[in-house]
Amino acid sequence: MTSSSLPTPVRHGPLESFNERFVAAATASNGAVLLEAIPFLAQVDLRADPSDRALLDRLGTALGIELPLRPNTTSFAPGGARCILWLGPDEWLIVDADGTADAIVATVRGALEAGCGAVVDVSANRTTLRLAGPGAREILETGCSIDLHPRAFGPGRCAQTNIARTSAILLEVEAAHDVAGGPDYRLLVRPSFAGYLASWLLDAVDGLA
Amino acid sequence: MNGDRARPAPAARDRRLPSGGRLIDRTRPVRFMFGGRDLTGFVGDTLASALLANGIATVATSVYRRRPRGVMTAGPEEPNALVQVTWPGGASEPLLRATRVELVDGLIAEPLVGKGRLVAGPATRYDRRYAHCDVLVVGAGAAGLAAAVAAPPNARVIVLDDGSSIDGSGLAGRDEVRLLPRTTALGIYDQGYVTAVERRPNGRTEGRLWHIRAGRIVLATGATERPMVFANDDRPGIMLASAALAYLADFAVRPGEHAVVFTTNDSTDAVAAALDGGGIELVGSVDARTGELVVDTLADEAGHLAAVRIARLDGDGGVDPTTVRTVACDLLLVSGGWNPNVALWSQAGGSLRFDDGIAAFIPDRPGAFRDLRAVGAAAGDIGGLGMASPRWLVPPTTDPAADESWADHFVDLQRDATVRDIRRALGAGLESIEHVKRYTTIGTAADQGKTSGVVASAIAAALLGQAVGTVGVPTYRPPSVPVAFAQLAGRDAGDLLDPVRTTPIHSWHVANGAVFEDVGQWKRPRFFPRRDESMDQAVLRECRAARESVAVMDASTLGKIDLQGPDAAVFLDRVYTNGVSKLIVGSCRYGVMCRVDGMVFDDGVTSRLADDRFHMTTTTGNAGAVLDHLEEWLQTEWPDLRVRATSVTEQWSTVAVVGPRSRDVIRALAPDLALEPAAFPFMTWRDAVVAGIDARVFRISFSGELAYEVNVPSWSGRALWEAVMAAGAVHRIAPYGTEAMHVLRAEKGYAIVGQETDGTVTPQDLGMDWIVSKTKPFIGSRSHRRPDSRRPDRKQLVALLPVDPEALLPEGAQLVAPDARLDAPPVPMLGHVTSSYRSAAIGRTFALAMIRSGRERIGQTVVALLLDGRSVEATIVEPVAFDPANLRRDGDGR
Repeated sequence: MTSSSLPTPVRHGPLESFNERFVAAATASNGAVLLEAIPFLAQVDLRADPSDRALLDRLGTALGIELPLRPNTTSFAPGGARCILWLGPDEWLIVDADGTADAIVATVRGALEAGCGAVVDVSANRTTLRLAGPGAREILETGCSIDLHPRAFGPGRCAQTNIARTSAILLEVEAAHDVAGGPDYRLLVRPSFAGYLASWLLDAVDGLA
Repeated sequence: MNGDRARPAPAARDRRLPSGGRLIDRTRPVRFMFGGRDLTGFVGDTLASALLANGIATVATSVYRRRPRGVMTAGPEEPNALVQVTWPGGASEPLLRATRVELVDGLIAEPLVGKGRLVAGPATRYDRRYAHCDVLVVGAGAAGLAAAVAAPPNARVIVLDDGSSIDGSGLAGRDEVRLLPRTTALGIYDQGYVTAVERRPNGRTEGRLWHIRAGRIVLATGATERPMVFANDDRPGIMLASAALAYLADFAVRPGEHAVVFTTNDSTDAVAAALDGGGIELVGSVDARTGELVVDTLADEAGHLAAVRIARLDGDGGVDPTTVRTVACDLLLVSGGWNPNVALWSQAGGSLRFDDGIAAFIPDRPGAFRDLRAVGAAAGDIGGLGMASPRWLVPPTTDPAADESWADHFVDLQRDATVRDIRRALGAGLESIEHVKRYTTIGTAADQGKTSGVVASAIAAALLGQAVGTVGVPTYRPPSVPVAFAQLAGRDAGDLLDPVRTTPIHSWHVANGAVFEDVGQWKRPRFFPRRDESMDQAVLRECRAARESVAVMDASTLGKIDLQGPDAAVFLDRVYTNGVSKLIVGSCRYGVMCRVDGMVFDDGVTSRLADDRFHMTTTTGNAGAVLDHLEEWLQTEWPDLRVRATSVTEQWSTVAVVGPRSRDVIRALAPDLALEPAAFPFMTWRDAVVAGIDARVFRISFSGELAYEVNVPSWSGRALWEAVMAAGAVHRIAPYGTEAMHVLRAEKGYAIVGQETDGTVTPQDLGMDWIVSKTKPFIGSRSHRRPDSRRPDRKQLVALLPVDPEALLPEGAQLVAPDARLDAPPVPMLGHVTSSYRSAAIGRTFALAMIRSGRERIGQTVVALLLDGRSVEATIVEPVAFDPANLRRDGDGR
């Protein structure tokens, strides 16, 4: 659908002006915290009736991952980028690599029968911050009231919650190799609030120790 | 400033013992200042212990009576020793208790007269911390530590204590245990929620507010010694007996040289030996149980304790003047008994009862949260008091029937409230202890009456001839210790006070000199001044561009909601006052929604994307509220409707290209899109590629001009904006802000929800009967049939043309009839100005207004009253000032 006569327009993530400050904060924290903006991911909001098990099975098969039914949990594709977050009794968020949203929407629409559920591309509706490292949990605990102890949270858990004075979807993934211990979080936040949240996180990193 | 400070104490004497001191480190001296004097102490000292070690007895001056006051306690209950502290970093904190200020090198303290002051300068860094645990232990004395040790091995345990250290040796090796010294529980709330404040004198963050959610709570808060009430019981040198013991043992400080002990109980039995060990001479011992009492004190020239007067009572309970003797001393140690610290128990809804054995209130029945236990002294487990009959109050040596005889019997030292005040309260008929508290102010100071509250109850009970338990104590409330507002704010200050929301195009606006206005949390460009343009000039220019050529606005803040499901059209028919279900796919419709009261709630444009899918827009400020409104009706009233609502406000960036040349700009960016009015008519939408970006283009106009609102994924908003600016350059395209937007829409008589409306305005009041269906029910339709909704004299939307075309009416100005008599208030008010602007299109000023029976008054004159006393005449006209026939919305038709 892209017109060939015009150059591909540049996309801007809401946190592109923060990248240098994120690097500086990580350095200043002596590796306690890693902050990184992930500007472009595919995100698709899915609404479906949780009591319709046949539908959920169909969706799971089509997407290649079962929809998580336990509150505040996620399902991952082994070795893939796709994961599905439980957001509510009848709501999920499918997150995948940049550029895959149209295919996901088509897949879900094919699995949903006419008249049931909803599917919406919300890829640009939230942007993603990565917060990882041994100090990451302490940072979040200065502004997030949910229990982040490994017994209560951990890889594969997610929550819609408040962080400081903005709402966000908080997700913990298996820590990647570049994390020297500690959890590896993703914070999905509305672009308009992203600058505030990034400033708040930088201030919290400054308050460590 | 100096007038607010107490007089510094005179010559210092070294009162530090040569050895001992459990908490101090003699190898680490600390320099500090108090009242302008350079002093030294040790690491581990509190400011109070260091002042006493330097022989400084007078620390502050009382707030009303201006009496000198010294250190009375060694703990958080201190009512007297209030200081202003400037930390080495330069941050100044008011009204700190010297007993809870840990000495650091370079600390500067000033004595206070009852209240501190806020000082501009470096801010103390305060923050907040959330924590969760299985067991929370408040108080790390023997009982608290025992409770912590008894918790299951894997339990997550938090132990907090007000003091500067916690002995965690019994908890060694348990990695799920968190010890929080210097931390005071402030309040206890529903379901095991406790707030606590941590002092961090050497931390990057100097104060931390803890929010702790606990599965079980153990209150091991101990007990606080209480004073006795007698004449001149407030002098420096008068101290709780337990405090003197603490200063000797913890800090190796002698608080005086010659001491008298005045007690009602056996808890002071060890005092004599301790004084002896500290080199303090015990010159008198008065035990109320023997019938002997300290009845008064005398002071030296500086106001410091110099002697006590001791006497026996006669048969009527008055002082027997023949028994009075005077004993010289500089230290009076008092013990009136012990109060279990039940504030948190009481806050949690637990009841209290008066225990005659220890003469104090103790926990009785628990509140709603059952996993709460009080243990140890906090539960009343205080052995060895041996109190036969409690003594609260010592009669005066003068006529006990005269109020003035009780004027120096201080009860609440921080409020300078006395027994005279309690007698006056009771004399005024206030018998409830809650009323006595408010009349006398006892217990309302920063110390929350920790040393005075129960004593005041007992005195009121004695004067009323009732039992103390019958009178009770006033309700305990959080915070249990004073907390700085800045601590409550934490990091929510300065730039982080509240989130600043920005659009994807914000950086362009900043780079191009936009002047912003706050719209809720959003920063929106208000206007884009060129060089030295004023706002008026810029707005007139921006409006001209929109009316005569082309202008562009960032409308990304508009609320956007995706609605899907087979019943979406039915749902929207119920939500909007007008019908939506007959809208064909590819078309848009403006709609108004009301609340059940029939008043306008929001408006916007809804577009049909498919048979079962709609895209709704809302006003910027109501985006969240409208989604909540839709969800509430779907979830609670119409769960049978198969509709899902999803916020997509920030999925889309919206760029409004407005003006007769807008079609040329869009044509340049979307050459494949058919733009003739017949192919792409007003109030329709099309999917298109615009500037190389997948976009949805709406033909919607909020100005009356030909206009295109282009939606692209928000990450492409800035690229689209820049492409529009480039394509529009040939037409001298102007970016415009909210101010020009307001003018353009007002010229067309379009109301703005929240500007023309205020929650009391119906669509009919706005002259929008045309949008209110007469044939279908919708939210609010029944209310439109109320007689009040149909009153002919309701305020109605009209426009005003000031008689002087240059006169700009202030928004909010009150409107009256020309013959109204202003000298005979109340002046009948006809209405008010809701919007007021200069218009380039009509070449003059104009306004919108809500006026009683406004439409009937069209053609009449009203008078706007200005705050400076002037009045401005204006003519009431139809609200559509510009292009009433809507001839411009298709542009020139090409």
